[in-house]
Amino acid sequence: MFKSSQTHDVRSYLGFKTVTILCLIILYTPLLVVTVYSFNASKSITVWEGFSLRWYADVFVGPESAKFKLAAWNSFVIAIIAATVSTVIATLAATGMIRAGKFKLRPLSFGLISLPIMVPEIVLAVATLIFFNSIGFQRGFATIILAHITFCIPFAYLPISARMQGIENTFEEAALDLYASKKLAFSRILLPLMGPGIISGFLLAFIVSLDDFIITNFVKGAGVETLPTAIFGAVKQGIKPNIMAISTMLLMVSVVMVTISYFISKSDKTN
Amino acid sequence: MNKDDVAIQVKQAVKRYGTFTALKEISLTIHDNEFFTLLGPSGCGKTTLLRMIAGFEDVTEGSIQLFGQEIESLPPNKRPVNTVFQNYALFPHMTILENVGFGLEMKGTSKSEAQAKAMEMLELVQLSQFAKRKPSQLSGGQQQRVALARALAPQPKVLLLDEPLSALDLKLRKAMQLELKHLQRETGITFIFVTHDQEEALTMSDRIAVMSAGELQQLGSPREIYETPKNRFVADFIGETNLLEVTVDTIANDRATCHLGGGHQLTCNAVDGIGVGANVHMSLRPERLFISDTATESESLSGTVVENIFAGTDITTIVDLAEGPRVTVRTSNSDRGNKRIFEAGSQVFVNMEHGAARLMAN
Repeated sequence: MFKSSQTHDVRSYLGFKTVTILCLIILYTPLLVVTVYSFNASKSITVWEGFSLRWYADVFVGPESAKFKLAAWNSFVIAIIAATVSTVIATLAATGMIRAGKFKLRPLSFGLISLPIMVPEIVLAVATLIFFNSIGFQRGFATIILAHITFCIPFAYLPISARMQGIENTFEEAALDLYASKKLAFSRILLPLMGPGIISGFLLAFIVSLDDFIITNFVKGAGVETLPTAIFGAVKQGIKPNIMAISTMLLMVSVVMVTISYFISKSDKTN
Repeated sequence: MNKDDVAIQVKQAVKRYGTFTALKEISLTIHDNEFFTLLGPSGCGKTTLLRMIAGFEDVTEGSIQLFGQEIESLPPNKRPVNTVFQNYALFPHMTILENVGFGLEMKGTSKSEAQAKAMEMLELVQLSQFAKRKPSQLSGGQQQRVALARALAPQPKVLLLDEPLSALDLKLRKAMQLELKHLQRETGITFIFVTHDQEEALTMSDRIAVMSAGELQQLGSPREIYETPKNRFVADFIGETNLLEVTVDTIANDRATCHLGGGHQLTCNAVDGIGVGANVHMSLRPERLFISDTATESESLSGTVVENIFAGTDITTIVDLAEGPRVTVRTSNSDRGNKRIFEAGSQVFVNMEHGAARLMAN
């Protein structure tokens, strides 16, 4: 519960406002600069020469458009598959972890599921690459999908299990008591109640997969590019304003996702 | 359905969680068409026993039979019993109508028929106008009635109620007590009601099983357990009572003469198993005592009034017996015409009828 007490209101602390504004500036100025300059008419990335949509046009019909379109297509396909599969696995994992009663290896299992979030991404990337090499798996589209599914699981798992923990056992018991089989109690009662958590888990996994660079760069096959690796490749040859246009569009995708997630949790009246 | 038929037979049921024993060899018979209450303080095992009947907990030892059939091997969804949960457990994502129809639908009734029957049930609890709403849009009392309708809709043989009224305010609780009692009579379904509220148990039940620390203390009608409590726990838990430590001096003609601190003497009915010299407790119900300035009855104790407490329907008078324990006397406000209220400090006699005092083993 949130208890507002006059003596401990953080807003009364010295410099609260200043620090808050400073943090917001540091966080959002780079994003703001990129967004504003993506509408720049100039070829330069630092000199403002007026409003224009030329770099957005450049992304879609310019000389590099084919490369970016393919990379974007790859990214979205990978993100959708990885988020879907990891959400299914995470949902089953959460069901097992929280609904199967207490079992000996539960703390260990929880650790194993969430560990990948704590492990430095570069370590995961190298490990995944070595793994694929050692089993003789050809690097390509499939390796990216497998790697993404793997590292997306903990991200999907966290919101789902948090949601599941909030669902009291009595709902399932009531369903069983009212003659539902275990399967029906799951599909008719538990699953709909977990819905908001599952959607949040999916969206989080989707975003994490969409903007992953390090692991993708290690496990992708030659010639297969996702949006982040394509952007990195383009930036190596100098930053052009079209990169800013792409970044701004990616930012928009994230904003849309977060907004969806917000409205789902807001419209959820089950609590 | 007949009251003589046995609905549920619990035979030496034991429930252990690891080394902790929640239920110690409980045996009891619940008749068909009966309003049966499991009463006891929290942690006495009453909810555990209810959950064992529902099928949410397995039986460590012993057996439970439902209409002569062993039910241990049946999962909860195969038992013809339904539960009203303490927190109601209404499905938040379904409408009231879908909630009430859920059990029938799961039993294989077609959706349209289930909804029609659910509507009937909602009419029975006077909530048909809320059929299309979600549970969160209803008040606590309304949710309670929906939970009741949902559990009754599949026409169970036995209805289990796990402290269903504990979340309601006093007025609503009283109204629901009567409604439940009527519903039980109308439907003829056996109700097993779990509560820690002794007043609720006395008001509603045909029979009450008083439990404490995983053991059955006494089983009987509300009148029996109130008027002839078997032991100190039951006497103390059911209603209010004065429990006085006494020593039995003599027993003659089924009457035991005892003394308590301060040299006070009292005679009461002898009890099997309590012999001369036994240090036991005597229970004196406050409403069976009355105060006057003379010893009007054969059984009388002298003392000083400490305080009078006004409590609406009655007045509670606290009396310190001379050099003895303190007793509480309750005088109904409607009796005030012929009973005096004595000011604090008055020297009085606490009188009681023959048989008001009861001896009980510890």
